Amino acid sequence: MTQGHPGGHGFDGLYMAGTSPVHRVAPEVKIAATVAFVFAVVATPREALWAFGGDAVLLAGVVALAGLPPSLVARRLRIEIPFLLFAAFMPFTGASPRVDVLGVSLSEPGLWAAWNIVAKGTLGVTASIVLAATTPVADLLRGLDRLRVPRVITAIAGFMVRYLGIVAGEAQRMHVARQSRGYDPRWLWQARGMAASAGTLFVRSYERGERVYLAMLARGYDGTMPALAGRRAPAPAWWPAALPLTAWALAAAALVVA
Amino acid sequence: MTGPTEVPAVSVRGVRFAYPDGRMALDGVDLEVAPGERLAVLGPNGAGKSTLVLHLNGILEAQRGEVIVGGRPVVKRNLAEVRRRVGIVFQDPDDQLFMPTVHDDVAFGPAQAGLRDADLAGRVAGALAAVGMTDRRDAAPHHLSFGQRRRVAIATVLATEPDVLVLDEPTANLDPAARRELTEVLASLDVTLLVVTHDLPYALETCGRAVVLDGGRIVADGSTADVLADGDLLAAHRLYLPLGFDPARVGAHTSNATSESTSWRSNAST
Repeated sequence: MTQGHPGGHGFDGLYMAGTSPVHRVAPEVKIAATVAFVFAVVATPREALWAFGGDAVLLAGVVALAGLPPSLVARRLRIEIPFLLFAAFMPFTGASPRVDVLGVSLSEPGLWAAWNIVAKGTLGVTASIVLAATTPVADLLRGLDRLRVPRVITAIAGFMVRYLGIVAGEAQRMHVARQSRGYDPRWLWQARGMAASAGTLFVRSYERGERVYLAMLARGYDGTMPALAGRRAPAPAWWPAALPLTAWALAAAALVVA
Repeated sequence: MTGPTEVPAVSVRGVRFAYPDGRMALDGVDLEVAPGERLAVLGPNGAGKSTLVLHLNGILEAQRGEVIVGGRPVVKRNLAEVRRRVGIVFQDPDDQLFMPTVHDDVAFGPAQAGLRDADLAGRVAGALAAVGMTDRRDAAPHHLSFGQRRRVAIATVLATEPDVLVLDEPTANLDPAARRELTEVLASLDVTLLVVTHDLPYALETCGRAVVLDGGRIVADGSTADVLADGDLLAAHRLYLPLGFDPARVGAHTSNATSESTSWRSNAST
């Protein structure tokens, strides 16, 4: 990694460089496995606590194999908090029958609903954290392309990744320029300056979009993005995608038991 | 440098262009560039330099007059071919590098031209080698320094194997070391070169011939050393040499960069 230029805020997503077996799995395999795992978790009935336990063990194994520090995973799990807050209301507002916990009357269906969100949300978010932390953004896009996600979608995502950092850098420089002239709005009634900056930023980004389009035209762009993702990994490389089968087996067992 | 019967690499004849707001950007430009020639297009800001560049590959269409590239008029039916022959390196490498990795960006042009697999890989490898960026193949553009991004931007255009390479303000925002590296890269290329700039010493270093564009017209045309030696001409068109810079004392080793170095294309060919 060499020096960026001043103000060149890169966007590297959530990737943590590494060489673990999880890092080395082909991106399309990891994406497929993550999606399969999340679906299995969602399909598991909420009463099957042991099944979620099994899923958690499986996931913890992958986290350990990937060499991701648990503290990193825990920090990134904070993105879940707004959803958990929502879940926290459910036991208070849900329907009867109600149970007493430490003298507080809570709704039993509400408790189950909250548990459902917490368990499935946490497992799903953790799986995505593992995917994002072990796969560079460019590889994620490549993996999606190899899984036949329409190239328009991957191209838009690619442009977003490429230009997010640049637009953020421009916003940052405008902020510094504003501050340098003694204007540092903090209150709602000072919103005018911010709005003007946002407008300027929009116009600049729009103009950059036009210049990028010209640069694409100049290199022969004819309306379709070229296929650069390369070939899908050969069948033997797909074995990690079998890991979520464990989660599916747990879900199926839980459904049978229920 | 060229025989009289040779087809010019670029021929601009009486081109006029006015922007929708009525501002006249090009007011009858005539310009011929011979194959293999290295031409500096000098001029102050707003002289019409960038507008001229956009005419060379048909992004802007001449309202009067015509542009001919390698014997083909720049009109709609020739656009694909013209854009393959004329490669433009734009001023801001962040506009030019729009793909997630260096490799994908360099591969964009040749892939659009229909190259696949080994041919494509060969083109990409050749272009990256030509600008000395082979080891940054898988990097994301924002991990590169500005000078490196400029070189990759050139590689993205080289990968399409253009006959004419056009650089719009190539030295803008480069530090002296990056500028030096860029000179070496340009010197090693075996293409017709058009360098649009108001960096006069750089023009002298890279190009044997120079034209001055001002007010949408070519107002001077000659060897770069002669053009830069004409102080009155420069001053009349808002061009100034850096303090203490004397073109007469620099001239010797420059302006014949084409001959000495190996062509990148021969390195890259399969």
